[in-house]
Amino acid sequence: MLRYSLRRLLAAIPTLLVLIALAFFMMRLAPGGPFDQERSLPVEVEANLRAAYRLDEPLYLQFARYLGGVLRGDFGPSFHYRDFTVTELIATGFPVSFKLGATAILLALVVGVTAGSIAALRQNRVTDHAVMTVSMTGISIPNFVMAPILILVFAIYLRWLPAGWGGSLRNMVLPVIALALPQIAYISRLTRGSMIEVLRSNFIRTAKAQGLSTRTIVLKHALKPALLPVVSYLGPATAAVITGSVVIEQIFGVPGIGRFFVQGALNRDYTLVMGVVVFYGALIIAFNFLVDLAYAWLDPKVKYS
Amino acid sequence: MNANVAATAAVPEQVEGRSLWVDAWRTLRKNRAAIVAAAIIVAMTVLVIVGPWLSPYSYAFTDWGNASIGPSLSTGHLFGTDTLGRDLFVRTLYGGRISLLVGLVATVVSLLIGVAYGATAGYFGGRIDNVMMRIVDILYAMPFMFFVILLMVFFGRNILLIFVAIGAINWLDMARIVRGQTLSLKHKEFVEAAEALGVSTFALIRRHIVPNLLGVVAVYVTLTIPQVILVESFLSFLGLGVQEPMTSWGALVKEGAEEMESAPWMLLFPAVFLATTLFCFNFLGDGLRDALDPKDRG
Repeated sequence: MLRYSLRRLLAAIPTLLVLIALAFFMMRLAPGGPFDQERSLPVEVEANLRAAYRLDEPLYLQFARYLGGVLRGDFGPSFHYRDFTVTELIATGFPVSFKLGATAILLALVVGVTAGSIAALRQNRVTDHAVMTVSMTGISIPNFVMAPILILVFAIYLRWLPAGWGGSLRNMVLPVIALALPQIAYISRLTRGSMIEVLRSNFIRTAKAQGLSTRTIVLKHALKPALLPVVSYLGPATAAVITGSVVIEQIFGVPGIGRFFVQGALNRDYTLVMGVVVFYGALIIAFNFLVDLAYAWLDPKVKYS
Repeated sequence: MNANVAATAAVPEQVEGRSLWVDAWRTLRKNRAAIVAAAIIVAMTVLVIVGPWLSPYSYAFTDWGNASIGPSLSTGHLFGTDTLGRDLFVRTLYGGRISLLVGLVATVVSLLIGVAYGATAGYFGGRIDNVMMRIVDILYAMPFMFFVILLMVFFGRNILLIFVAIGAINWLDMARIVRGQTLSLKHKEFVEAAEALGVSTFALIRRHIVPNLLGVVAVYVTLTIPQVILVESFLSFLGLGVQEPMTSWGALVKEGAEEMESAPWMLLFPAVFLATTLFCFNFLGDGLRDALDPKDRG
């Protein structure tokens, strides 16, 4: 187990390197720079600016310098928000994004697993068909379509919840639901499939023969093995929630990292965009690692060496 | 399955072999949801191609006297108009053309890359396979959506780039699936049997490997198209997709979301079209998977 963890950690290093290199060189190949404005700057001023940000050095030196900085947790100064470093911007945005994302994932897990298990227990009956149709609809409605519809219904017509951002719990309800819905849909479908398979297996038949109640069978025996595919889906789910948060934060005006990313990309704020990509990439890689460990711990058949 | 081919040769009376596709069609026909989904997709495709010609308005025509009016038969604006007075019926169908086209072309791009890559890795195996799959593993962990956004921002919003960019991020799954399939097919008894009977390599690949890959690929293509449409509309929603006055469902949903208080129809029509299409592709893909997965054959 320890050796496996170490090996996985080592494997993450080339992934991170490729990630940083791709983002770095793509950005530098792009036409247009951070100092492009309506009125072009005097040549000397621009040269000074470029020198100040070390944009005049050869590309490989810039890349090496950036890598070194990232290792120290320093993503450089933001080109657009002149008084802030990228690390500061990420540090202000991340707690908000994290609160939204983590709540959405938790909600998706609880609701998705419950709905999927119920559907599996009522296989091919009305409840099952209802849950599956609703979840297919959930998968098919993108969250940037769902978010405005939620605002229209719950904020504008019914006036139950606020549409904007204020930082309170009530402000979180709609963005969290919009983020969680597609994941609820996926997770309930996954849970249903694996639960049906588990319920057909011999050890469940034995448990039934012993006269255990359905409740005990599902909660004590079937749930853990049925959760395996859900656990391995958590990696992609996190990535999807993070990506989704980019538009959701835009729609609800949430001051998180997602909004910085879109704005940074439009402003050609090289360092900010790079910082967000590297930060989120590292986050996804780290999370995938944790998911794999959880999987190994849950599944007695998996022996990592 | 194709394993029967060798067996039937030995039987004196020729038994009609059931091909994978006949079998699959039989299973699929019983799945009513998938058939309805397929019918809706066909109808949708015909509608977005033919529909704009039937309307008196063009997608870019601004009817200033009738800006932001709701759906009505009397004005001829079936779905109403947007804030610039452009006919929403035509724009929704026109956006559908772009969305479906992107879905199709980008899927073909990812199909070509994925099948070539996966088949190469699976066919050669060994060290080549190892290295190629390592690369896929590394790329797998990338937050690709961010890269597509970067591509669109830095290299301009052009439709060719959308095709390639989206196709280029979607080939990883395809490569993995095709590689696994090729690898296992190479060692299947019916392939060995065919080899032992002296079937030439070319015939072997054509008759046994390719048909067995096609099933998986067909399922996967059906499931990739909605993903690609989704990515395109995501980009368009962020304002990074196709350029005005051209439009796509994602761009229309974005415009609708901005005006939803005063003109909810601007949000609802494109949203319904987009969701219906994604819904049908997902359903059809599910049905195809059930029909074409040899493991589930009853």
